[in-house]
Amino acid sequence: MTPAAIRIDDLLFRWRPDAAPAVCLRGLQVDAGKSLFLHGPSGAGKSTLLNLLGGVLLPERGRIEVLGQVLGDLPAARRDAFRADHLGFIFQQFNLLPWLSALENVLLPCRFSRRRAQRAGDPVAEARRLLAALDLAAPVQGAPAAELSVGQQQRVAAARALIGRPEIVIADEPTSALDAARQDAFIDLLLAEAKAAASTVVFVSHDQRLAAHFDASFALTGELPA
Amino acid sequence: MSALPRLALASAWNRRLSLGLTLLAVMLAATLLLSVERIREAARDSFAQSVSGSDLIVGARTSPVQLVLYSVFRLGEATNNLDWASYQKIAADPAIAWSVPLSLGDSHRGYPVLGTTADYFTHFRYGDRQPLRLADGVVFAGIFDAVLGAEVAQRLGYRVGDQITLSHGDGGLPGMAHDDKPFTVVGILAPTGTPVDRTVHVGLAAIEAIHLDWIGGAPVPGFNIGAEVVQKFDLTPKSITAFLVGLHQRAEVFRIQRRINQFADEPLLAVMPGVALDQLWQTVGVVERALQAVSWLVLAVGLAGLMATMLAGLDQRRREMAILRSIGAGRRHILGLLLLESGLVSLLGCLLGLAAVSLFAAVGGDLLAAFGLAALPLAVSVGEMKLLGAVLVCGLSVGVLPAWRAYRLSLADGLIPRS
Repeated sequence: MTPAAIRIDDLLFRWRPDAAPAVCLRGLQVDAGKSLFLHGPSGAGKSTLLNLLGGVLLPERGRIEVLGQVLGDLPAARRDAFRADHLGFIFQQFNLLPWLSALENVLLPCRFSRRRAQRAGDPVAEARRLLAALDLAAPVQGAPAAELSVGQQQRVAAARALIGRPEIVIADEPTSALDAARQDAFIDLLLAEAKAAASTVVFVSHDQRLAAHFDASFALTGELPA
Repeated sequence: MSALPRLALASAWNRRLSLGLTLLAVMLAATLLLSVERIREAARDSFAQSVSGSDLIVGARTSPVQLVLYSVFRLGEATNNLDWASYQKIAADPAIAWSVPLSLGDSHRGYPVLGTTADYFTHFRYGDRQPLRLADGVVFAGIFDAVLGAEVAQRLGYRVGDQITLSHGDGGLPGMAHDDKPFTVVGILAPTGTPVDRTVHVGLAAIEAIHLDWIGGAPVPGFNIGAEVVQKFDLTPKSITAFLVGLHQRAEVFRIQRRINQFADEPLLAVMPGVALDQLWQTVGVVERALQAVSWLVLAVGLAGLMATMLAGLDQRRREMAILRSIGAGRRHILGLLLLESGLVSLLGCLLGLAAVSLFAAVGGDLLAAFGLAALPLAVSVGEMKLLGAVLVCGLSVGVLPAWRAYRLSLADGLIPRS
């Protein structure tokens, strides 16, 4: 039986005690090495769920287990370190540091996580390999992130999430700014690299048309607790 | 986490214009603070060293501060003179190695005139027991010879051989000039950074000579004794303003001081210059504290600028902080990043301020001399190190509010920034 990379049980999160639930999930499991397409309308709590998976927020009720570790059991600093070691993120706005080069942006996780640096082997060589595999040629690798096109920034963000082979890659609507053809190409590239790294992928989008690329899909609808 | 300083530097470089201006403000504030401190110390040193090598200053009984003010700084007037006979009686004490009489009360174009003896140039010391030195000419020998302090000669453009006339009192009243008895400049002293530079020195006999035809502080109408005949008169002074005393053995100072203070013939006061100068410095210390307060205010403005720049930049940096959080930076790293930045700006501001002050100390001697101040010391004093430490602590403290706000923002934003 494949071990679970992510397991969520009876999850409830509210921003304030008197507010409506921002995330409410009876259960969700993502097996290691698989890809999950997570979709839902705006306001369904997708971003909040990502913050919960990243250990930045803690649930009011229920538990979130990532790679066998219950995040709520870890103190804040350990959760930060856990996130750095095991999770790679790609965001809708790509979130590159504009004053760093593409290569330096990709190397950032290795600077914060010794484990990611070790797993990358030679981080610089690995960063270059990833960028090249994502169709970013050497001259572009040294350019400041601010000078890159949207498509190039997106691939740099993907390389940054993948470096050091994190067990889980979480992508938050990374293709929303692309046309359909480019969306498909990017997702295929991302999934291929994730598969090579044996990473589990959680891909968040409101565009259900993309679901076909993934092993499983899950709708986040803001369901009420049982 | 070693990645943090590198990122802080890279991030700061990205905002170099606004941070540079803030750095400039902090640097100027630190420069001002250190300059005031160094000038204050130099002024105090120059003040404390206005007279050295004299064991006692003696005058008619008054307050010690007033005695020092008029006898050393030529400020104000003596409430009373002391008899020449008293002076001679005291000076004859075998414990006294030397004594120099001082007679004040006249002026030349606003500069005080000091009547004294040639011994003054032998025994008077200033600074670190430095003797007076003639830059040009010789010490007075004739009755109407004058030796000028460096500033008097420079400001009024006098050279050896020039003629000057003295005025009675501060020269503010008409008809009070001693213009019938002109003096010849025979010597000009080298600069000392003390009130000596602002003094016209003449012989005691000259003071008597110019007042031969004066009674009660005014010329006698219709009566004039020409300069050429004054030598026919007894020019021994009847009274003097004060006198300096040097002892054979310093251990005798309290005994001699007590003896003078209990002098039976007339009420006198003997003060130890160092003690009186300290008292006087404390009196003028309010100015010193006001100066310091102003420079601290300037520093506060500089640091407020640092805080404003950091707070204003926070909204633009929310994405940066969210990115750092997503790659594993914790909340304490966000706090650390902001504190590192404010600490770095304060440290750099301090170092640049120190460099600016040192440069000023190295090349600004002439400018300070124009204000009557001695050159600033090049070395950093313990007081300055404490000030720099205080600036650093203040700078770090100023970073706390932006850091706290950044921390709150990063908590609210999590991994997905809202800007």
